[in-house]
Amino acid sequence: MLHKRLCVLALLLLCVCVAGYLLLGSRGNWGFVLSFRGNKLVALLLVAVSVSTATVLFQTVTQNHILTPAIMGFDALYLLILSVSVFVLGAQQFVHLSETGRFLLNTTLMMGAALMLFGTLLGRARSDLFRMILTGIIFAGLFRSITGFIQRMIDPNDYVVVQFSSFARFSRINLPLLAIAAALTFAGCFAAWRMRHRLDVLALGSDAATNLGVNPREGMFQVLFVVSVLVSVSTALVGPLAFLGLLVVSVARQITPTETHGLLLPSAALVCAITLVGGQLVLEHLLNLNTPLIVVVDMIGGLVFLGLLLRRKRR
Amino acid sequence: MIVVTDLSHDRDGVATLKNINLSIERGGVTALIGPNGAGKSTLLSLMSRLLPIQRGTIMVDDLQIGRCPNDVLARKLAILPQSNDTAPLLTVRELVSFGRYPYHKGRPDQRDREKVEEAIVALGLQPLAERRLDSLSGGQRQRAQVAMTFAQDTDYVLLDEPLNNLDIAASRSLMAVLQELARNHDRTIVIVLHDINYAAAYADRIVAMKDGQIVASGSPDEVLTETLLWTVFETNPKVHRIGAKVMVQV
Repeated sequence: MLHKRLCVLALLLLCVCVAGYLLLGSRGNWGFVLSFRGNKLVALLLVAVSVSTATVLFQTVTQNHILTPAIMGFDALYLLILSVSVFVLGAQQFVHLSETGRFLLNTTLMMGAALMLFGTLLGRARSDLFRMILTGIIFAGLFRSITGFIQRMIDPNDYVVVQFSSFARFSRINLPLLAIAAALTFAGCFAAWRMRHRLDVLALGSDAATNLGVNPREGMFQVLFVVSVLVSVSTALVGPLAFLGLLVVSVARQITPTETHGLLLPSAALVCAITLVGGQLVLEHLLNLNTPLIVVVDMIGGLVFLGLLLRRKRR
Repeated sequence: MIVVTDLSHDRDGVATLKNINLSIERGGVTALIGPNGAGKSTLLSLMSRLLPIQRGTIMVDDLQIGRCPNDVLARKLAILPQSNDTAPLLTVRELVSFGRYPYHKGRPDQRDREKVEEAIVALGLQPLAERRLDSLSGGQRQRAQVAMTFAQDTDYVLLDEPLNNLDIAASRSLMAVLQELARNHDRTIVIVLHDINYAAAYADRIVAMKDGQIVASGSPDEVLTETLLWTVFETNPKVHRIGAKVMVQV
């Protein structure tokens, strides 16, 4: 009952943020303003839902509340693809690439990499989740050093393009691209919602899940597949979002302290949407800053992560 | 009835189970005993499909482990896994409710809620029902887990060393609960035990294992003799008989 009321409250807050974002400080042609801002708003909401859902799912299968899929090197792979393409094509060519083409290339490569990594789980008799996570972290390190190496060889003028794209930006995204991203995000979230009861059981651990008639390996693989779709789409759409998922899911867990995914998934999505839309509203329209929102979110997220780690230790 | 036929198992090239043949009748408490590394836990894990079967078959009534659907088996056989630190943030009632998942798949009806209440009452957990698991003692947590398997309403319950880390009061009360489940609720309990005296006091049958093979099986009175303890554990404690009861002096 309390949870429901909280969700309604969050929904209202989100509506306020959305209205504020669309209307505040707008002058001139309404049709233009609404379509221009509406486009960015949709991107913000899509990213909010996919990042929060992916993080909740990932924390469920790893049974760890301080992990985020970003740790597995998706961001690093995105930066590597970016640097390599700028290095090979040159900044001029790169800037003229079609956005949709780049998005599809990024999504395919990241999903391919994710599936290869998750596939190692299926080969073994006993699935070793933490070996997989460690492999992901090590690959992320490798990707980062290759990226660093390439960035040192890159023409300084080209490097500006790399640096510009290295932070998530909710700049205007063209419509067909937004439609593809929306379709993939909806598919992923729908799958997660369908699985919500099974997720509750999987969160108990693999032995307990087996006892209750849920095949943990099958479930884990399905969940990780959905995670790879959601993370790839959001990263390819706007860029790396390292700490966002961790930040919003821990806030959601504070507000609705529940293990029930039927509640946790929507509450995390709402918190994430409020953070992104509200943050963008404050940054863009109230403070008139051009800083990417994600720089601020990452700083706060990093602090929250440290806080979580320290609190764990004290207990 | 659980029937194990020609079951063998290797781990990293080392045989942990060698051609086991065993049948466990319906009803009663059956205890698996033996030294560390005898293959008791492996056998139990294979029976409960926590490990994939390599050679041989295990039948639980008419269901073959590894061949029958997972959720059908979940209504026939429940496991109490060795670690019980799962989901510390759940309340006792929430944990027990999960026992009904194989039946309702996430949408509990009135009957499921009644079964959960029945399980909470049967294990005397009413005062703790709304407490979170991480605020309970080891014995109370173990009891909540047993309540979950009770709600699961299966004919067979398998437990892997449930007395680890429990004090004497918690151990005795848990064993008494299991005995009561077997006698009055027609459950078949298979339990891996380290302490032979608990097996002697509460089990109806004892199966003794050594080096991946079954050395003896029968009532505590038949199985627990000084010669057998020497063969199985390679130690020679005195065995006392008080009436029909057997006690091993440690």
